[in-house]
Amino acid sequence: MAKLPVSAEKIIKQYGPKKNYTPLGGFEGSNEPDRLVKTHCCFCGMQCGIQLKVKDNQIAGFEPWMEFPFNEGRLCPKGVQRYLQNNHPDRILSPLQRVEGKGFEPIDWESAMGRTVNEIKRIQSTYGNDAFAMLSGVSLTNEKSYMVGKFARLALKTKNLDYNGRLCMVSAGAGNKKAFGLDRISNSWADLKHAKVIIIAGTNISECFPTLTHYIWEARDNGAKLIVVDPRVTPIARTADLHLPVKPGRDSALFGAILKQLVDNDWLDHDFIDYHTSGFEEAIDAVKEYDLDWAEATTGIDKEKIRLAAEWWGKADTSFLLHARGIEHHTKGVDNVVSCINIVLATGRIGKPYCGYGTITGQGNGQGGREHGHKCDQLPGNRDITNPEHRKYIAEVWGVEEKEIPGKGLSAYEIIEAIHRGEIKGLISICFNPLVSLPNNNFVREALEKLEYYMCIDFFLNETARHADVIMAGSLHEEEDGTVTTAEGRVVKINQAITPPGQARKDSDILIELAQRLGAGDKFNYSKAEDIFNELRVASKGGTADYYGITYKKIEENMGIFWPCPSEDHPGTPRLWEDKKFKTPDGKAHFNAVPYREPSEVTDKEFPVTLTTGRVVSQYLSGTQTRRIGKLVDQYPEPLLEIHPSLAQQFGIKERELVRVSTRRGEAVFPAQIVETIRPDTVFIPYHWGGSQSANQLTIGTLDPVSKIPEFKVCACKLEPLKKWAAPSTDSLAFQSHETLKP
Amino acid sequence: MPSSTKYDQQMGFFIDMQRCIGCHACEMACAECETNGQESMIHIHYVERAVSTQTTVQVCMHCEDPACANVCPADAISKDEFGVVHTAETSRCIGCSNCVLACPFGVPQKQEKAELMMKCNMCYDRTSAGKKPMCATVCPSQALFYGTREEIEKKRPDSVPVDTFFFGEQEVKTKVKIMMPKGSNYLKVQ
Repeated sequence: MAKLPVSAEKIIKQYGPKKNYTPLGGFEGSNEPDRLVKTHCCFCGMQCGIQLKVKDNQIAGFEPWMEFPFNEGRLCPKGVQRYLQNNHPDRILSPLQRVEGKGFEPIDWESAMGRTVNEIKRIQSTYGNDAFAMLSGVSLTNEKSYMVGKFARLALKTKNLDYNGRLCMVSAGAGNKKAFGLDRISNSWADLKHAKVIIIAGTNISECFPTLTHYIWEARDNGAKLIVVDPRVTPIARTADLHLPVKPGRDSALFGAILKQLVDNDWLDHDFIDYHTSGFEEAIDAVKEYDLDWAEATTGIDKEKIRLAAEWWGKADTSFLLHARGIEHHTKGVDNVVSCINIVLATGRIGKPYCGYGTITGQGNGQGGREHGHKCDQLPGNRDITNPEHRKYIAEVWGVEEKEIPGKGLSAYEIIEAIHRGEIKGLISICFNPLVSLPNNNFVREALEKLEYYMCIDFFLNETARHADVIMAGSLHEEEDGTVTTAEGRVVKINQAITPPGQARKDSDILIELAQRLGAGDKFNYSKAEDIFNELRVASKGGTADYYGITYKKIEENMGIFWPCPSEDHPGTPRLWEDKKFKTPDGKAHFNAVPYREPSEVTDKEFPVTLTTGRVVSQYLSGTQTRRIGKLVDQYPEPLLEIHPSLAQQFGIKERELVRVSTRRGEAVFPAQIVETIRPDTVFIPYHWGGSQSANQLTIGTLDPVSKIPEFKVCACKLEPLKKWAAPSTDSLAFQSHETLKP
Repeated sequence: MPSSTKYDQQMGFFIDMQRCIGCHACEMACAECETNGQESMIHIHYVERAVSTQTTVQVCMHCEDPACANVCPADAISKDEFGVVHTAETSRCIGCSNCVLACPFGVPQKQEKAELMMKCNMCYDRTSAGKKPMCATVCPSQALFYGTREEIEKKRPDSVPVDTFFFGEQEVKTKVKIMMPKGSNYLKVQ
């Protein structure tokens, strides 16, 4: 029974989101903290170092951590304000249960645990083990990610475990495994500073990874040319040497055309191609028709700009190519990724100083969290759950029979589809807010309403948790020790600053008790986070993501260690592939043939405009945390429809007029923001909000056939101006995710 | 102001508008200072959002001959031996707004609730203890840079620090410098 017990408005009144502000004079004790705790920001994959001020077991403020080498004190607004989550009126302080007609009421842990275990047993004995699924997330530490994987397989005994990385970088992971046999950025950020040509494709670095901006500028100070591929003139694109405003969904056409230019002009590293790669002939055969005229017609980019980008890239001495969700959130996300890798391999600029390639992982532990086994197809160390040898090794580490480890399960969106079909009846979620973050979320809501039992572990009552039967009060980032792996592959230490407030518990303690009650307690014998990490080290040993040589002590002494690190005397690996020994079966880097294909939904007469989505600098992902921090909400209070003046004129749309945006999946109303900084055939809406102003009511749930990532970044819509004007942004209640409220 | 501090006169404050990404981290970090009462002394504005994502930084430029101090009838604003122009002394400020009107950069703001003028004092508590100002510490693109002139000239060879502004015929020299294309000597404000 996973319907809302009362109206969303009543739930919001009690559990928020409410905007939290620092008191005018600061939190009590902020000038005289008991201690400063060195840790990291809880948000994006940069994992900036930060010091939290602790007073009387509460977070009272922050102080920059100047010595941490990646960011040297630099922070974005989310990092500056991150400390406001602990001292927050919305914090869930005890387990809660749903009461029809009343809302949620506090219950004790015994009831929450007992009821959950009974429901798991009832559902699994009635419908089979796999009818109970689990969804996880990569804001969790490596330790928790590892433990969730083990918990689902050994305690919950289900194959249906997946995670929100499925909406993040899985296309990059799949593409990297195809090309290199390993999934990690090839170089540390230190190499970026000295690259002479930098391509950033589909990554709004200045808003999603603000602290990386400094590295881009340092490179430019050193003479680098910057090429930005983006349908919008983002703040980083504004000053780029070359901006390629690609039509959403046409990235592989652009990179295919660049590959053809490299071949036609012989801007190739023949030795590298001959000795260290395979598949080159097939890859160039696939793009032989992709001349500049075709590329211009397909991508919407001026052909001279494409030619110039190819020339700069082709003739460069050193280079770095970075991409993110902009090219990965597609039904051909993997194609887009390998089309980028093809131009890196063609020029042989990898495995050398200042020559790099990689994805910029979006979530705090997007890198480590995708390596240690809470993906449906994976075991720790980035092992393959379908590989008998990999299964055997992990079975030995876990002390179980190989056959006790379930097989490959469904991916995140497929789990929702299976719930909708009635095949999955029970769900546990942790660190995932699918009602905001998944596409076509009216469908997601219908699915949630069909669940017989849903238990959510979280510190705030997120939009999805409003549908839960039981909520277990979990822990914030600063309330538990652990490690995360940053987007550059650096494993860093998260230090506990305070204990969870009220009756809230550490996430790991919740999972351990559940495992005990499910009869698997002997497999979860951990007294502290380091015990889990030490088991993870062994579990990852010999895998492609090998952490065996990394210890807490080494991390702290070195401000992080780059994996792979196979032994305790190994210093870690900031730069991959210097030996040119790739992790593919033949030891070579693989080109992949990428014939261009269209997005899953293209514009037509009925839906004539391309819709794309993305982020703003003051919000993070589904907003569970950042839509509760006052200044971050106030900076960008409501989702706006970015539209070019020529398209606005075509539809008669005026500034701040309300516009109904409709797709085949749903409709929603947004105030127009008319700007020249977007392609004239495309509109953009940021996705951080839930309820009636959620952009993901509109997006499409079609998946990449390999990575199973949804196509968030392109679908077809129509626009209808309503001849009514939006109330001032400052009055907006969008941050609360109301069900019916309009702007 | 005490002279026995660690304030390093070699250190300067440099602003490069081109690098500003409009993230507002500086404002939020500035407001954290307990003396600011959650008000920021630095402000980020879009130039014209309809046509560009370009943003600008507005913060006290710490003029050599500060108009705000010159027009203050209560002598509440002072420039110290290091060239830092301090925010109005609360015991003296009469809230007359002369400084607000006089500043060519439009920086001082009268806090209506407190009937006081407030402006940046270059994080005196931090800079006098050998730290960087909060805004320049956190600035993720380093559009705000705190360091020596030699350091920034070496690091950013394509641009040059400028400290001379013309407002019509009036020349204003400032302690804070803005980064301009190489070869520039001054900025003329129409």
